[in-house]
Order: sequence, then structure tokens, then C-alpha cells
Amino acid sequence: MDYNFLIQYWWFIISLLGALLVFLLFVQGGQTLIPKLGKTEIEKTMLVNSIGRKWEFTFTTLVTFGGAFFAAFPLFYSTSFGGAYWVWMIILFCFIIQAVSFEFRKKENNFLGTKTYNTFLLINGYGGTFLLGVAVGTFFTGSEFSVNKENITNSIMPIISQWINPYHGLEALLNPRNLLMGLVVLFLSRMLGSLYFINNINDITIRQRAKKTATISGTIFVILFVTFLLITFLSEGFTLDPQSQLVSMEKYKYFTNLIEMPIVFAMLLVGVISVLYGLGKTIFSKTIYTKGIWFASTGAVLAVLSLFLILGYNNTSYYPSTFNIQSSLTIYNSSSSFFTLKVMSVVSLLIPFVLAYIFYTWRKMDKISITKEEMQEEGHKY
Amino acid sequence: MEDLILWSRAQFALTAIYHWLFVPLTLGLGIIIGIMETMYYKTKKEEWKTITKFWMRLFGVNFAIGVATGLILEFQFGTNWSNYSWFVGDIFGAPLAIEGIMAFFLEATFIAIMFFGWNKVSRGFHLASTWLTVFGASISALWILIANAWMQFPIGMTFNPDTVRNEMTDFWAVALSPIAINKFFHTVTSCWVVGSAACIGVSAWFLLKNRHIEMAKKSIKIAAPIGILGIALTIYTGDGSAYQVAQKQPMKLAAMEGLYRGQTKAPLVVVGVLKPKEEIKKDYNKPLYAEIKIPYVLSFLGYRDINAFVPGVNDILEGGYPTPNGVKPLSAKEKMESGAKAVNALGEYRKAKKDGNMQKAEMSLKTLNDNYANFGYGFIKDESELVPNVSLTFYAFRFMVIVGSFFALLFMFMAYLNFKKKPYENYKLLNWICIICVPLAYMVSQSGWIVAEMGRQPWVIQDLMPTSAAISAINTSSVITTFIIFCVLFSVLLIAELSIMFKQIKKGF
Ligand code: HDD
Ligand code: HEM
Ligand code: HEM
Repeated sequence: MDYNFLIQYWWFIISLLGALLVFLLFVQGGQTLIPKLGKTEIEKTMLVNSIGRKWEFTFTTLVTFGGAFFAAFPLFYSTSFGGAYWVWMIILFCFIIQAVSFEFRKKENNFLGTKTYNTFLLINGYGGTFLLGVAVGTFFTGSEFSVNKENITNSIMPIISQWINPYHGLEALLNPRNLLMGLVVLFLSRMLGSLYFINNINDITIRQRAKKTATISGTIFVILFVTFLLITFLSEGFTLDPQSQLVSMEKYKYFTNLIEMPIVFAMLLVGVISVLYGLGKTIFSKTIYTKGIWFASTGAVLAVLSLFLILGYNNTSYYPSTFNIQSSLTIYNSSSSFFTLKVMSVVSLLIPFVLAYIFYTWRKMDKISITKEEMQEEGHKY
Repeated sequence: MEDLILWSRAQFALTAIYHWLFVPLTLGLGIIIGIMETMYYKTKKEEWKTITKFWMRLFGVNFAIGVATGLILEFQFGTNWSNYSWFVGDIFGAPLAIEGIMAFFLEATFIAIMFFGWNKVSRGFHLASTWLTVFGASISALWILIANAWMQFPIGMTFNPDTVRNEMTDFWAVALSPIAINKFFHTVTSCWVVGSAACIGVSAWFLLKNRHIEMAKKSIKIAAPIGILGIALTIYTGDGSAYQVAQKQPMKLAAMEGLYRGQTKAPLVVVGVLKPKEEIKKDYNKPLYAEIKIPYVLSFLGYRDINAFVPGVNDILEGGYPTPNGVKPLSAKEKMESGAKAVNALGEYRKAKKDGNMQKAEMSLKTLNDNYANFGYGFIKDESELVPNVSLTFYAFRFMVIVGSFFALLFMFMAYLNFKKKPYENYKLLNWICIICVPLAYMVSQSGWIVAEMGRQPWVIQDLMPTSAAISAINTSSVITTFIIFCVLFSVLLIAELSIMFKQIKKGF
């Protein structure tokens, strides 16, 4: 195992965690659908409990995604979080208020009232997904920062990574391509949320309503996503010259990456087809088709994974600087040392076990779908 | 710049303190719940299930807000300590990632079964899930404390001048550092103390109200022994912590003791009142107004030798005092010069390398390596920056040790009454004391962190990076804004949490 291989390996792990995170945002998507799908109190309770038993996974995946990024690519951690301060802070606020909302919303004396916690869930559902999308958008479009390691010897202001504009990340909201990515993630999460409800809640009214929202969100998602792909593949990208280690602009860079990495191309195709299949089968089947989520989620993971791989592999800058293009981050100049990556790779052997026990317990808990009857029984409920 | 540092520190302290309001109960009550459910599993008696479920409800409310505050801490290293994140990220990031992979998923997965699985999985599987949740929480504490211990005593790495960062060379040195081991046991067992105090306090309230007498007594029966075990281990490992501090962070020890002029056969100050700074300046030998001392004890605790010399604040600044291995420490001035040399040599090395002047690069590299141990002193402008806040550290340490030791008496007394089968629902005063002990336990626990974190200032990485060099380049006004938002948000959520907790307690078992 050489250094180069481990860097590639860790970009793959980060990409996988990112892809799993996007899939798990179905919880957030589900949150935005509660007012639409639940008209009565008991229906709302079913919906909240259905996703409420999963929110911890999304949250923990976000935390682990952050931790793994820190360990494997620390220069990204310091440059992006410290620079695009406001975008990340707002994302964090959106997630703090979610963490308490499920547990607190129905408890007596909860101080803010059920309505407030429901609003928190909506803010998290819309804001969290959209802004995460915008942040990922900047991976393609670039940001204004500089990285200068000589700064460390300046004893007054020894800071290496600096953001150049005073908006600290909010400027990302002015770029239509970032906004487009935000909407892509938002509608993807709503589509996945609908499909998840259909699978998880055994109630015909909710299932029929969710079928409708799946149709609408799914269609919008597909259109937006295809638009995003077209724009990205037709645009310039940030390419790294492996000899000189200089970054420059290249026409059709992301499309070239796709062609030069046929496996990734295949992943993207299979992903898109799988999403379309899961969605189509749900929309067009006469009865209720409950397995759509399986295809759509597998497809979403594959598609997002392939996008991340296009960003990082094949001598590309995954976090480009538009202020000073040579400050752009590549998986090589931002990674941890050989030794640390080796240690972390040993730890990563645990990941299959983690996935296995999550899968096992998840199946065990979901063997019986949520019903009205269960919601009326005694016991821990959100 | 000064303001930016101050506000960044304030924000970190605020969020860490909030996080630490919830973590001790998760760790401490978790163990107690695990034992309660084990009782249910063994005896099959419904009352144990009722007891377990009652405490689990409180656990759940507390857990959610603990998670919310933890998220901020993790990402704050990037958002507010950006330079830090690059300078030591190669070592510091790993424990955070391992924590996520090993611990948080374990908690997140099995807590769902713990709450919703009563009728869905077998009794045995449920019990295992509860213990796995507790186990996951404790492992998460292990990794984060390894990370924190490394900042107090950096080890197992070298500085790479080409990447301008510290790089890990020995994982086990980081993971098994003596500071880390001590910190882990001291922190986790002290959390058992907090958990027991909370469990006993709430039970005492039921006894005073004459409600659920049997359930409350059964809860105390589980909590008191955990408390005794917890406090015994806390005191034992606390002594270990003090010993480690004496070896690795003598300035922190001096601050903890309010010691300005060191001495051999140093006594331990049990209680004392510090003079104001101006008064102390008049006679450094007598920094305290009134004090109760035990002779020799400080030398013994710090160095395991009653004749050892314990340096005070001034000795450390002046250097040259006697040490067990005979090496005379440098003075603050010399360290600052050496640090400035190191920082300078790093710049020269990088410049020479760029220009292709390999000979000059090599020379600079040698200067850098010879002086690297004092690298952080290169950013210090004035000696006085090197002294932490003595009075805060001094009082926080006394508070922890004195009030903490009182818990040992309390738990033993409770266990004794239990053993003698005395009806302690009749001991009104005792029950009141138990209730008052709940907030006290939290304060003791917080003051432990104040000692550990305030006592090590100005260092974020001991001797290598001062807090002032660790920050992100953002506007002070941005940090003030986020500080206020956090402060308001967390306070509101805390009120909500407490209000739900009290309601749940009122409703009873
Ligand atoms: C993994 C590392 C780590 C851990 C586990 C903790 N801290 Fe810490 N703490 C830091 C890492 C750190 C830091 C990054 O190193 C800070 C930020 C600025 C500084 O000087 O040190 C800090 C500062 C800091 C300060 C401010 C000191 C000052 O500014 O003078 C306080 C009061 C605390 N912490 C308290 C806590 C509490 C109550 C914790 C319990 C959860 C805690 N810390 C855990
Ligand atoms: C700066 C330091 C710290 C960081 C960055 C941090 C990070 C986090 C994060 C991100 C979570 C939420 C995890 C989830 O998604 O489930 C969390 C929860 C938790 N943390 Fe921390 N943490 C810190 C300090 C500590 C310390 C010192 C301890 C224990 C000694 C601790 C113990 C726990 C526990 C037990 C939980 C579970 C939830 C709860 O608090 O109730 N943490 N922490
Ligand atoms: C009674 C004897 C005790 C002694 C001698 C003692 C000693 C110490 C010392 C020296 C430190 C600083 C360690 C460092 O800076 O690295 C510390 C930290 C701490 N103490 Fe104690 N302590 C005692 C009791 C307690 C009690 C009863 C609690 C809580 C209920 C507690 C909670 C803590 C915590 C949370 C920390 C911060 C974590 C750490 O640095 O280990 N301690 N203690």
C-alpha cells in the first residue's frame, strides 16, 4: 500500500460517507412533508415516529463525515469551515434544533410548545438539506480563499487559510449553480422521504398521499438533476497537472473525468436508472408499491458517490479557489500524512461491521410497519 | 485580534460547558440503568422494569440535548480554530473520526432499541442493547479524552517543515499516553459520581414527598454502591492526575496551589484565601491570607518524594530550579528566544528550499529541530502571558477536591443505612442534603474542567501552539454574533430540558 493509494482510498471513504449522508437526508425530506401527509393528529404521530426512529443515523453520519474529513483531509477542514464560516454555522444551527425536537415535541411542559418544535423540524428539513447542497455546489464552482503556509512564521497573524471576501460563505448563495445543487438535494430528500413513508407506514391514506408527493418531488428532482449534470459536464473544471502540481482550468473537465473513469460512469448510469426505476414503479403501479425506496436509495447513493469521485479523482481539485487558483485543494495537497492514513485505514476495517449491525437492528425494528394501533399503545413515542 | 481570541475562547468555553452539563448524566445514569435492567432480566419482576423505564425516560431527554451540543464542539475546531486544525489535524483528527466510527454509531443504533424495542425484541437482546449504548457512550469519552490529553501533553509526532504541521509517528503513544489513561478514568468515574448523585437526589425527593417509597429505595440501593465505587476511583485517579500535572505541566500545578515561590518539602494547602495580585507582588513567599496546610504532602503527591522541590510560578518563569532528573529548566526569556529562533528557522528553511539552496536549508532545519520543543514560545510577546488565571484555577481545584471528598461520606452513609435496613425515608435532613447534592455534583464536575483547561492557558497545545495562534481569520463581530446565538439557543433548550425533566419526575414511576 503506498501513500497514493491510501489517499485515493480515503477519498473513496469520504465520498461513500457523503453519499450515505445524502441518502439519509430522507429524514429531513420526510420532515418537510409532515404537514402535507398528516392531516389528523394520529397521522402526524405516525409520520413523526416513522422518521424519528431514524434521525440519529443521519445525525451521526453527519458527525462521522465531519470527523473523517478532519482526519483524512485536515486542510479542507481548516480552510472550508474556518472560511465559509456562516454557511457552516447556519447548517449547524439547523441541525442543533433538530436534535432535540423529536424527543421534546410531545413532552409535557416542553417550554416552547409542540408547534415550535414542529417548526424546528421544518427549518431543519428545508434549510439543512438546501444549504448542504449549496455547500457541496461550491466544490464544483469554487470559493475565494487563499492558503499560504508561510504565514505561520508571522508571529502577529500566523493564520494559514484565509477567506478573501467578507461574506464568509454567504456569497455561495449568489451563484445559481450552487442554488441549483441546493434544490437538487432538497427535492431528492423529499422524494426519498415519500418513498420511505410508503414503505414504513402501514396506512392506506398516508401511502396514497405519499405516492403523490413522491411523484411531484421525484419529477422535479429528476429535471433539476439532469440540468445540473448537463451544466457541470459542459462547464470548465479545475485540473491538476501531476508533474508541476499546478492547477488550471480545463474545458469539459468533469465530463472528461467521466469518460476516463468508465467504472464511475457506469456507477452514475446504474444510479440514475435505479432511481428512475424505483420512482417509476411507485408512480405507475396500480396498487401501492412499497419497495421503491430500496431502488431509489441505492441509486441515490451510487449517483452521489460517482459525483464525489469525479470531483476528487483523475487529477482534479475538489475544493477550488477562484481567488488564487494555486491555493485550490486537491486530495494530494490537503491529505493527512502517510502514517495517519495507514492508522485510519486499519480503523476503517470496522466500517463493514458497523454497517452490518445497523442493517441487522434496522431490519429487526422495521419487521412490522408502523400502524395506528401501535401509536395508540403505551410506550416511548415522539 | 485580542478580541477575536477572547470571543473565540468564550464561545468554545460556553459550548463545552453546555455539552458537559449533559454528558456526565449520560455516562453516569447509563451505568445505573444498565444495572437496573439487569436486575429486571434476572428477577423478571415488573417493578424493576418500571424503575428502569422511569430513569430511561430522563436519560432520553438528557441524551438528545447532549447530542445537539456535541455537534457544535466538533465542527468548532474547523470554524473557530482553523489554524489549529491544520497544525495538529494529522494527529487530532484521528481520535475524532475513530470516535464517530466506533462509538457514536453504536450509541445511535442501540439507543433506538433501548427506547422502542421493548415489545419488538427479546428481553436478552434489549438488555444487550442498553449495555451497548452505555458502552458506546463510554468509548466516545475515551477517544475525545485521548484527543484532549494529547493537547495537554503532545507526544508520538514530529514536526514536518515541508507541510508545516505536526505528523503522527506513533499511534499507541498517543492513545496510551499516561495523561490520556488517567484522564479517561478520572473523568468517567467522576461521571458515575454525578449520575449517582442525581439518582439519589431524585429518589430522596420522592421519599420526602412520601411517594413511590419502595421504588425510590430500590433506586438508591443501586445508585449508592456505584457512587461509592465511582468516588473511590475518582479520588484515586485524581491523585494520578495531579501527579501527571506536576510532571508535565508544572505551571498548572503552581496555579492550582497558588504557589509563587517553590520549596522543598512543600506543604499542601487544604483551604486558603488568595491575596489580590498587587498584594502578592509585595511578598511572593506569602500569597495567601489564611491557610490550613499539611506539611510535605504537596512534594509527595507531585513527585512521590517528601523532599522534592515543587516550583512556583516565579521559579518556572526564572528557570534554573532543581528537578528530579537534574536538568535545569530554561527561563521564560530563554524559551521565548529559542521559540523565536525556531519560528525564524522555519521561515528560512522554506525560503532556502524554494531557492534551491540546500546547504542553507539543512542548517535552518537543524536550528529548527534543536529549538522545536519551544516553538510555541515564539508567538509569546510577554512573559506575563505564560501565567494562567491563578485564582480561578486555585479555587476551582479546592472546590472539586473538598466538595468531591464530601460525596464519599454521603454515599457511604447511604450505603450504611441501607445495609442496616434503616428506613431513610424518615431522615428528613439527609434527604434534603441529597437533593442539594445534585447541583453540587454538577458544579464539582465543571470545576474539574476549569482546572484542566484554564490551568493550561496560554497553551492550546502545550509549549507548541498558544491559543492566540490557533484561531480562524474571521471578524470578531461574526464570533460575537454566533456566541450570542449559541448562548440564547442553548439556554432556551436547557430551560426546556429542565422543565420536561421536572415534569417527568413529578409524574413519577
Ligand atoms: C478535545 C479537546 C477538548 C475537550 C474534550 C474539552 N476542551 Fe475545553 N478547550 C479545548 C479543548 C477541549 C480547546 C480547543 O483547547 C480550548 C479552546 C480554546 C482554548 O484555549 O482551549 C478549550 C477551552 C476551554 C475553556 C476556556 C479556557 C479559556 O479560554 O481560558 C473552558 C472553560 C473549557 N475549555 C472547558 C471545557 C469543558 C467544560 C469541557 C468538557 C466537555 C472541555 N473543555 C472539554
Ligand atoms: C471538544 C470536545 C468534544 C467534542 C468535539 C464532542 C463531540 C460530540 C458530538 C459530535 C456528539 C454527538 C454525537 C452523536 O451524533 O450521537 C457528542 C455526544 C457525546 N459526547 Fe461529546 N464531545 C466532546 C467532549 C466530550 C467529553 C469530554 C465527553 C466525555 C468525557 C463526551 C462524551 C459524549 C457523550 C457520552 C455523548 C453522547 C450524548 C450525550 O452527551 O448525552 N464528549 N459529543
Ligand atoms: C477528591 C479528589 C480529587 C482530586 C485529587 C482530583 C484531581 C484532579 C486534577 C488534578 C485534575 C486536573 C487534571 C488535568 O489538568 O489534566 C482533575 C480534573 C477533573 N476532575 Fe477531579 N479530582 C478529584 C475529585 C473529583 C470529583 C469528585 C469530580 C466530579 C464529580 C471530578 C471531576 C473532574 C473532571 C470532570 C476533571 C476534568 C477532566 C480531567 O482533566 O481529567 N474530580 N481532577
